[in-house]
Amino acid sequence: MQPFVYARATSAQGAVETHLMAETEREAPSVRARSQYLAGGTTLVDLMRLDVMQPELVTDINALADTPSGEIEYSPRGLWLGALVRMAEAERHPDVATHFPVIAQSLQLAASPQLRNMATLGGNVLQRTRCTYFRDMSYAACNKRAPGAGCAAMDGVNRSHAVLGVSDRCIAAYPGDFAQALIALDAVVDVSGPSGSRTLPFAALHRAPGETPHLETALAPGDLITAFVVPPSPWARRSKFLKVRDRQSYEFALASAAVALDMAGDTVRQARIALGGVATVPWRAREAEAALRSRPLDDDALEAAAEAAFAGARPRRDNAFKVALGKRTLIRALRETAAMSL
Amino acid sequence: MHDTSSSAGNGVGRRDTQDGGGRDDLATGGVSRRNFLTSTVASTMTVTLLDTARGQTAPAPARVSPRQPVPLSLTVNGQERRLALDVRTSLLDALREHIGLTGTKKGCDHGQCGACTVLMDGTRVLSCLTFAAMAQGHDIVTIEGLAGPDGALHPMQQTFIDHDAFQCGYCTPGQIMSAVACVGEGHAGSDAEIREYMSGNLCRCACYPNIVDAITDAKAKMET
Repeated sequence: MQPFVYARATSAQGAVETHLMAETEREAPSVRARSQYLAGGTTLVDLMRLDVMQPELVTDINALADTPSGEIEYSPRGLWLGALVRMAEAERHPDVATHFPVIAQSLQLAASPQLRNMATLGGNVLQRTRCTYFRDMSYAACNKRAPGAGCAAMDGVNRSHAVLGVSDRCIAAYPGDFAQALIALDAVVDVSGPSGSRTLPFAALHRAPGETPHLETALAPGDLITAFVVPPSPWARRSKFLKVRDRQSYEFALASAAVALDMAGDTVRQARIALGGVATVPWRAREAEAALRSRPLDDDALEAAAEAAFAGARPRRDNAFKVALGKRTLIRALRETAAMSL
Repeated sequence: MHDTSSSAGNGVGRRDTQDGGGRDDLATGGVSRRNFLTSTVASTMTVTLLDTARGQTAPAPARVSPRQPVPLSLTVNGQERRLALDVRTSLLDALREHIGLTGTKKGCDHGQCGACTVLMDGTRVLSCLTFAAMAQGHDIVTIEGLAGPDGALHPMQQTFIDHDAFQCGYCTPGQIMSAVACVGEGHAGSDAEIREYMSGNLCRCACYPNIVDAITDAKAKMET
């Protein structure tokens, strides 16, 4: 691990100002930025030990848990999830489990209890890909770490990689679960930054790799996520997170689906669908949602939704199975969500 | 590195305050000065340092050295331990290499195996992914802190023995710390629940059935 300067911030504004002491360039790979925030540390410390991340300044923001960023609040206006809330705190919060089951389940199915006690919600949505070539510095060819260096995964062992949202530069899969629940429920993100606070749709937070896989989010240097806000909706209670993986527990998704349904009898009024494990970013499947709208949730509708969700899939040598697996995961999630008794 | 342990004295937050930096926002923007600046270097010099290109040798006379040991205080098993550590030191290495509590084990050092599990303020965390500096102000309990003052084993330690819940024993301290928390969380209600909530602790000897039995047994004893 490379040496760094450790700083502690007690407010969001203080954190931003401290972070900017080691100013980062906007177009530099975010993973190589010289200044990093430290919350739970479960991604950062791991990647620093691998030398994938080599920040010169690390700003510890854990004291922000004593601000509203450490709180969960449920009201008729929706659900406020402070960014410094630990995953384990959110998963066991009764209002989250009751009113937003897809959120609670996405957290419960992630990582291990120890990691969920440590990792914060803000850090969780920014966790970095598990692409083995990204994580292994002995591979020079990683466009995420070194723009223009190439991609060792493209023709390498790419069983775990993405089939949706890929580009010729990068096929690394977004590894998280919670983000799919947030994007499905139209959450927004509160951000503190050098020029004050702002709010952006969660769907605008992550950037597909395109020509610039090293630019992973819409966050600028110094930007700090302070909270997520999930609006109330007729579909949030009838929601579910289904995760399919190589092991039953403590494993990343091969395919996952975050699903929320508003039903009138057997007919779908509205559907909200996000897919994980199969895409480069938290993936909202709007075509699949449209395929279900105002239709009875029968086999034809389910097939149509699954086909629509994966119409743009671009598999590589080892991950073509994810197309079939992803479709079946979505269909099963929709069936089980429709069958929920509220 | 030296360990000047002391069981008396002030909490960490209080020491911060006495150092004049503390948790109040400073001109530098809410930084705990003692941790950020190891001398009286002005923040502008810090910026200058950090703007210096990587690898470039431009020694500033009063530069902040990230290699300079950081003084910190940890509360481990009820004892305050004052240390001066390289800021890269994990809580795990602080416990093992600097405090001398080698019960906590280093398996993968990447948060994948659970061998380094300790309790922080009563919740189980991975000491390998925690910088020692982050553990300041929190109560750390390691495997050495489980037994009673008279040496009587914690029920979880005893049931691991009774049920032969280990072979090589390397993962065992982490298993036991995790299991104590698992019961405390109320996640030991069934074999399936125990398996799910102990999934962060790997046992390469595959003693899992006996571990589940030990936890079930200990749960009953912990609740009486």
